[in-house]
Amino acid sequence: MRNLFKTDYVQDIRLFEHGGHIFWYGLLLVGVFTAPLLMSEFFVGEMSMVFIYALAGIGLMLLTGYTGLASLGHAAFLGIGAYAHNYFVTKLGIAFPFALVMAGFVAAACGIAFALPALRMTGIYLAIATLAFAVIVEQIFSHWASVTGGFRGVKVDRPNLVGWQTTTETHFYYICLVVLILVTLGARNILRSATGRAMMAIRDSEISAQSMGIHIARTKVTAFGLSTGITGIAGALLAHKLQFITPEAFDLILSIQLLLMIVVGGLGSLHGCFYGAIIVAFLPQFLALIKDVLPPSIGQIPGLQGGVFGLILVLFILLEPYGIYGRWRKVRLFFEIFPLYRRATFRRQRGYLKTERMR
Amino acid sequence: MSAERANGALLEAQNLTIQFGGLRAVDAVSFAVRPGEVYTIVGPNGAGKTTVFNLISRIYEVTDGRIVFEGNDITAVPPHRIARMGIARTFQNIELFEHATVLQNLLVGRHCRNRTNLWSEVFFTPGVLREELLHRDKVERIIDLLELQHYREQIIANLPYGVRKMVELARALSTEPTLLLLDEPASGLNIEETDDLANWIDDIKADLKITVLMIEHDMRLVSRVSDRVLAMNQGRVLAEGTPAEVQRHPDVIRAYLGA
Repeated sequence: MRNLFKTDYVQDIRLFEHGGHIFWYGLLLVGVFTAPLLMSEFFVGEMSMVFIYALAGIGLMLLTGYTGLASLGHAAFLGIGAYAHNYFVTKLGIAFPFALVMAGFVAAACGIAFALPALRMTGIYLAIATLAFAVIVEQIFSHWASVTGGFRGVKVDRPNLVGWQTTTETHFYYICLVVLILVTLGARNILRSATGRAMMAIRDSEISAQSMGIHIARTKVTAFGLSTGITGIAGALLAHKLQFITPEAFDLILSIQLLLMIVVGGLGSLHGCFYGAIIVAFLPQFLALIKDVLPPSIGQIPGLQGGVFGLILVLFILLEPYGIYGRWRKVRLFFEIFPLYRRATFRRQRGYLKTERMR
Repeated sequence: MSAERANGALLEAQNLTIQFGGLRAVDAVSFAVRPGEVYTIVGPNGAGKTTVFNLISRIYEVTDGRIVFEGNDITAVPPHRIARMGIARTFQNIELFEHATVLQNLLVGRHCRNRTNLWSEVFFTPGVLREELLHRDKVERIIDLLELQHYREQIIANLPYGVRKMVELARALSTEPTLLLLDEPASGLNIEETDDLANWIDDIKADLKITVLMIEHDMRLVSRVSDRVLAMNQGRVLAEGTPAEVQRHPDVIRAYLGA
């Protein structure tokens, strides 16, 4: 077990707690930057999909995992980001990096416009409102043909970095990786400063957050804006990844996949976004592989993928509410304090009575 | 404005009234808390004590009357501005941020003093770091005062009840208040913890120069720390005075014993 001897407040604020973290994250960074040299083109493409999912996951995690506001409509913001980005690039001829950022801002603006009236609702009502929003947005994508290409969809070229036309999956892999690293750092920074703490405070107790001087509505709108902005950037990358976008690409199933991703990964941790993204990106491939091995009566069931996704979600909620990241922390603690680990260490404590929420 | 300041009260409730449908939970209650004192509100359950607190922290809208703090009318101030004005509070049933550490909880208490903005936070500029270190320093002083060093990195959900009560007090102190509202600080504490609490309330009053407005049932604690006591029943004031005076007051005895 590592015992940290703290001599400076900065030790608690730094991005990496100790040398061990720097080493492992450094190794991971070297790994992901060299991976395309060793992997097949197909696998590189799948990895960039993981990065895009993780990016959208960070967006949703800020909102659901950290601020405690559930959204069933984040696919709409992926879509807004995707269409806005494509419009900026093809119709207005804006260079890729700027269009990407602008797409993020457009999605954030839509998110804020939605949040201003919708945040009077909480819990399940807000989730239903986001669901309704997503359905409406999908209809807009279908009918606003001059911008979105309507039902027939629209083709998206590979990104053109200021003066350099990228051509391969590997190029795109690096673009996604760099964007993901930047956004992750930004999200980490917010979470270790006042706004991040305010978000967590609202998640745990609105009434005392308010009494500590937190402007509830403003913080929620900020969380919504950040969340939808990041999701919009993910959508812009997704447009390039899919190379052809239609309104159906941003349907309810995608929203639920995003939610599943952060729940399975582990609510309330950025690590969870990455674990969840790996599951959501690779599970369909894995299912396609085992389909041939399974007896046809199981392997050929239509909607097998949706069923397996649902089953995983239910099992996680029942057995490991803190997701893969929570499980990983338990395993790590087990080895750190071996042989002293007790099952009760992570048993949920009895909650104490709370003042009735004044909503 | 100057006339209001002349009477020397830090917080003044004038004819404070709130009506929930047909029920007047607080009915024309007036009292004044002087700077530097410990002022306690006592009364049977349902007397409207916590409602008075919720009116002061602006969680409830006042139906009638005024609340004046440091000479300013705060009857229409939005609730999130109250902390910044110098009024901090704790809650009867503990409203901590359960899934955060003690340190994070106290740092949230610093939120009303925070001056960073979102964009500087995204890039974690040196200015943000400086601000964070400043807040940490202030919070550490409170941790030292209330002897919470042991629990600094613990998640609230894992802490025993008595410690949670202290963390809530510490969080309220982190806002650097001039007036501290304590809603039943001793409820659920054992005798030793209550004694510790009494000492801390004395320290808060003497060393930090913070005025305390408290709701409490434990008359031993009330008599020990309070300068003045207000007794309430069914939304109305029964008596006001020193702890001994109020305890002897016939109306108070009648309210408690139902005679």
